[in-house]
Amino acid sequence: MTPGSVSWRFRHVWGRNLHIFLRTWKVSFLPPIFDSLFFLIALGYGLGQFVQEIGGVDYARFVAPAIVAIGIMNGAYYETTYGSFVRMYYQKTFDALVATPVTIEEVIVGEILWGATKSVIYTVLILPILILLGLVSLPSSLLLLPLALVGGLLFGAIGLCFTAWTPSIDTLNYPSFLIITPMMVLSGTFFPLESLPLPVQYVAYGLLPLAHIVSIARGLTLPALAPFMLASAAWLLVATGLVMLLAIRLMKRRLVV
Amino acid sequence: MAAPAILAEGLLKRYDDLVAVDRCSFVVEEGEVFGFLGPNGAGKTSIMRMIACVSPTTGGRLEVFGMSVDDRPREIKALIGVVSQENNLDPDLTVYENLTVFARFFEIDRAEAARRAGELIGFFGLDEKRDTVIESLSGGMKRRLTIARALINRPRLVILDEPTTGLDPQARALIWERLRSLRSAGSTILLSTHYLEEAERFCDRLVIMDGGRILVEGSPAEIVAARMGRAVIETVDDPAVIDCLEREGVVFERFGDLVHITTDAPDALVQRLVAACNPSRLSVRNATLEDVFLRLTGRGLRE
Ligand SMILES: Nc1ncnc2c1ncn2[C@@H]1O[C@H](COP(=O)(O)OP(=O)(O)O)[C@@H](O)[C@H]1O
Ligand SMILES: [Mg+2]
Repeated sequence: MTPGSVSWRFRHVWGRNLHIFLRTWKVSFLPPIFDSLFFLIALGYGLGQFVQEIGGVDYARFVAPAIVAIGIMNGAYYETTYGSFVRMYYQKTFDALVATPVTIEEVIVGEILWGATKSVIYTVLILPILILLGLVSLPSSLLLLPLALVGGLLFGAIGLCFTAWTPSIDTLNYPSFLIITPMMVLSGTFFPLESLPLPVQYVAYGLLPLAHIVSIARGLTLPALAPFMLASAAWLLVATGLVMLLAIRLMKRRLVV
Repeated sequence: MAAPAILAEGLLKRYDDLVAVDRCSFVVEEGEVFGFLGPNGAGKTSIMRMIACVSPTTGGRLEVFGMSVDDRPREIKALIGVVSQENNLDPDLTVYENLTVFARFFEIDRAEAARRAGELIGFFGLDEKRDTVIESLSGGMKRRLTIARALINRPRLVILDEPTTGLDPQARALIWERLRSLRSAGSTILLSTHYLEEAERFCDRLVIMDGGRILVEGSPAEIVAARMGRAVIETVDDPAVIDCLEREGVVFERFGDLVHITTDAPDALVQRLVAACNPSRLSVRNATLEDVFLRLTGRGLRE
């Protein structure tokens, strides 16, 4: 990044995406919420009848924060992979934007922030439902919103790295099912990471951003101040900064020719 | 004296090993209409993208309104409007929104953006489509909207990369007509095209490029006069005619199955050739930029 290459003008890139989203929100927003509710019903209430309490918590309350965490991940990740790729490659939106006083860095930051915004909107919509169902505790669960912002920035940046790498929209499927889907089940989401061998736990907490989001989310909704919550928060913040820089670097390599 | 709109000196652009722009130098003064002509791959788009500060230069000097593209891209971009070769309108937005949303990137406030969008929609004859999502627009309308969008910041310099390519003649005429009003209003216009006739009529000055190099520069009339003379006599390429031309000491060039003879005094020469060689076919026409290009490169511009 060169000095002066990121100003507040990235808000216009974000604003453009918001403008289009607001015209189509019914199509783009209801599905993820329904997804989450189906998961909750199938796992929390269906499967939950056959599962014993985990650490003194019934299964629905155990998976609810994980489902939110997965929604946070998906909201940003799918926006900055498929969504950004369509804008970059098919619609040439980025080309149009960098011909204005906006810099390429601002386009990238605006896209990542927009991805994170989808995570936050998702959380805003799902949270009241979970509160009504009595699955999350207040007021600590309100902190899921800042968590969604940070988690969204991280997964938005991760998504954009793949977008910078992918030769076509089809090859974007690989990171989805080789990385995102395994992460979805191996991050302490549907069963506690503690039930896995210690080395696997180390790997999960060392490498899987979702594991940290789940662990913080669960700490907030139960609520139980897990000993590693602050460490997870620090891990997320550092990773977010680093991956954002990486996304800018990879995108510039692709787009600045 | 004010800085020229564009100053390029030894401008170089390389993509890995490929030299796309090979040490080009030219100056465009404010208020001029300047054209880049050349076949596909000549380097027109590469030059325009460097001027628009969206593609870094590999070498040489490039200044827009006296500012270096390396040092002050943001200020330069605020002063120019760009119509790129590929359509990059927002397909999800209406005609009107395409203009107003774009205005934000120039920090134009909402009221002013609305006013300018209204004016531009009128100027480009898009009133009836104002609230139509642009997916349903014809190619010509999309191009007109792209040009309108490039004018939203009242640019001092407008860059148009092949503004009429791919459009039918009617749509093309409409675009040239609007560009002419823009020219009368005093805008500096930079455009590329491979329609020679259009460039010949519209540009104050132009360069003809091939393989990343500028082959000639000047006003269309100057270029043709200096390189070709007034007229071209075309006749058939058969052995008898060739023998005869050689006997008569007439300089000629062969292109495919045609023979070209350029001259400033076509009438006298035609009489002489008809008498001496008696070719089966012979015609005279004004020399054009196409002939210049053909002579410089040995091939046509649109092949
Ligand atoms: N992004 C790029 N990467 C590699 N080569 C390129 C790129 N853009 C253009 N070129 C090459 O540079 C040369 C000039 O291209 P271009 O400037 O687009 O010419 P024109 O606009 O006159 O058709 C061509 O050989 C083209 O293939
Ligand atoms: Mg081109």
